[in-house]
Amino acid sequence: MAMLVVKEGKAFPHTVSVLVDNDPGVLARVIGLFSGRGYNIESLTVSEVDEEAHLSRITIVTSGTLQVIEQIKAQLERLIPVHRVADLTLEGPSVERELALVKVAGTGEKRLEAMRLADIFRARVLDATPESFVFELTGTSDKIGAFVSLMRRVGLVEIACTGVAAIKRGPEAL
Amino acid sequence: MSSPQKTMTGAEIVLQALVDQKVEVVFGYPGGAVLPIYDALFSRKDIRHILVRHEQGGAHAAEGYARTTGKPGVLIVTSGPGATNAVTGLADALMDSIPLICISGQVATHLIGNDAFQEADTVGITRSCTKHNWLVKSTEDLARTMHEAFYVATHGRPGPVVIDIPKDVQIASAPYQSPNRIGHRSYKPQVKGDMEKIRDAVLQAAKAEKPIIYSGGGVINSGPEASHLLRDLVRLTGFPITSTLMGLGAYPASGEHWLGMLGMHGAYEANMAMHECDFMLCVGARFDDRVTGRLDAFSPDSYKVHVDIDSSSINKNILVDKAIVGDCAHVLEDMIRIWKTHAHKTNSAALQKWRARIAQWKKRDCFAYKQKGGGAAIKPQHAIKRLYELTKDRDAYITTEVGQHQMWAAQYYRFEEPYRWMTSGGLGTMGYGLPAAIGVQVARPKGLVIDIAGEASVMMTIQELSTAVQHKLPIKLFIINNRWMGMVRQWQELMHGERYSHSYSDALPDFAKLAESFGCKGLRAEKPAELDAKIQEMIDTDGPVVLECLVEQTENCYPMIPSGAAHNEILLGPEDEDAVSPSEQGKAMV
Ligand SMILES: Cc1ncc(C[n+]2csc(CCOP(=O)(O)OP(=O)(O)O)c2C)c(N)n1
Ligand SMILES: [Mg+2]
Repeated sequence: MAMLVVKEGKAFPHTVSVLVDNDPGVLARVIGLFSGRGYNIESLTVSEVDEEAHLSRITIVTSGTLQVIEQIKAQLERLIPVHRVADLTLEGPSVERELALVKVAGTGEKRLEAMRLADIFRARVLDATPESFVFELTGTSDKIGAFVSLMRRVGLVEIACTGVAAIKRGPEAL
Repeated sequence: MSSPQKTMTGAEIVLQALVDQKVEVVFGYPGGAVLPIYDALFSRKDIRHILVRHEQGGAHAAEGYARTTGKPGVLIVTSGPGATNAVTGLADALMDSIPLICISGQVATHLIGNDAFQEADTVGITRSCTKHNWLVKSTEDLARTMHEAFYVATHGRPGPVVIDIPKDVQIASAPYQSPNRIGHRSYKPQVKGDMEKIRDAVLQAAKAEKPIIYSGGGVINSGPEASHLLRDLVRLTGFPITSTLMGLGAYPASGEHWLGMLGMHGAYEANMAMHECDFMLCVGARFDDRVTGRLDAFSPDSYKVHVDIDSSSINKNILVDKAIVGDCAHVLEDMIRIWKTHAHKTNSAALQKWRARIAQWKKRDCFAYKQKGGGAAIKPQHAIKRLYELTKDRDAYITTEVGQHQMWAAQYYRFEEPYRWMTSGGLGTMGYGLPAAIGVQVARPKGLVIDIAGEASVMMTIQELSTAVQHKLPIKLFIINNRWMGMVRQWQELMHGERYSHSYSDALPDFAKLAESFGCKGLRAEKPAELDAKIQEMIDTDGPVVLECLVEQTENCYPMIPSGAAHNEILLGPEDEDAVSPSEQGKAMV
């Protein structure tokens, strides 16, 4: 049997951590690689993590078949400013968090309901006016998704959301 | 070498870094944003500058130089249009893994982003067609970046890099640093293969009944040692060997185990053997679509070993059984050592049967053609065959353009050594061959450097004849003039109902006269009987020559695996054309 690289078919989300030199253009390289090769990005988070060593960490949630994910890893490793790539989904277990700022507006019963739901989700109130709230919520993408969809019914105005930040459990570094 | 503390201008740093990196020749074209570098170049005797006529030509010339020497080629271009003109050459070098250092001028740092005169976002534009690129914002960083660029271009899988240098950075001064660092902060390509995997691969090889070695440009890129080791391995095992377009010459065409090139226009026996083999050792090749044909029918029964320095080439198109990441020479050396120390033996009875099967395929004589005499037109295959016969005992180097003539060159010119065959494989860039020949000739001043060209391709960079004349580079342009963009015409004939849409080479110049106007010798061969004499005259002329061969206009290039077809659905000639009607999927492929 000829063995084909399966590009279509069942695709799963993977969280990939990339340790890079904090150079100008490094993000463009990573994003360009994804768009140029037709991989998708579901979430992307970048931040400097070691000022002295001049290193940034990029967390990407992408989806694809195992073979496509392998390709993505290999392609990322090939970029010159990339130090290390890890598929946290495969190398797991890991923990993941996102942060969302959610603004809702309304008065009366709607306003009370928004407050009650926020309580259940352990969202914090960052700003309040007589007719609005800004909630802060951290959690997995699922939890944030669930919260946002509830808020729609009680006066959601807008949301700002970070992408996923993820890290391996246990004592070892990337 | 200069002392590490010495202060220099940025322009001087660029040149000192080139000299310290053992660069002897640069190709280039001046302009406002590189004037400081050109000014510094004016008084330097240790760097030879070849002025080209177009930056694309400069890039291909640098590629040609790199491919015949194994050293990086260097190109200097100005900002804006200088850099954008070089883009095709950079993309070409990326696809074919050619080490190329492109130094581009940029507008002064305080003007960047202001749409200044001749400003282009060069690092943005070239990000996806280079292995890496840098915008150097301070003269302090320049020496280090120059050396890093050489490291990146030449280590691991080679490729093109761009160093974009604003004009003020060229003018300001900073201490120069010598290239003393080995290694790189983050880029550490793996050259040694995993021994466990190599052992397994050798074990499988010894068990094979129908083995094949499929080698590629990576063997040539790895250095001359890799070609020697490849030959040793073939001698040791007696395995038949085929090669990609890029890998020709690593194993000699006269070698007893040579099957010829494989792929879309490869030898029948090579493709059939790929299809039926039970063991495949792929070294320094990448299962390109021109090689595999229809993926789900590719070599269905083989155990596949893939050796490549670039792990992203592995399991990209075809899943293999044993993936060995490493440099070809290192891995081949380990394979040979393991084979010898374990005193592995091949299954000689099975191998004998396999050779007999291959001999059957060879009997089909897939490259046969009939050249009629007298007033008949010259067959393009015949023109190249004669060129080969008349030049094979010389120190010959062949470049090509892109099209049918390129495939015929690969089929009928036989290469005995690496570094003598430069063709645009991955990108398929028409206009590559003439400037590439210039680069080769610069590196091989005594060599007989011939561009086997198509009349359409050569028009794309014909201006470089002027470069050849200026620098006294006696290149030979051997134009296979079929008055068609032959390869396009062939596809239109086979896949698009003979609707020859805009593929006729109309309003062609008189190439001989054109050559003369440039100061070259111009020749033309129209009939088979005069072909040899004209080729001989071309060879004997001490200076650049253009020989235009008028050939049969509608000859097609065979064998051919139509796109979307499998290796064993290969067409051998016009009589097979109805055998495979292109699938819709195949039609959509390039
Ligand atoms: C820059 C560029 N443009 C277009 C093509 C598409 N193309 C491939 S082969 C070919 C025809 C080449 O004609 P010619 O140089 O006369 O060679 P022939 O096939 O006739 O031998 C064309 C247009 C290409 N490969 N490169
Ligand atoms: Mg033609």
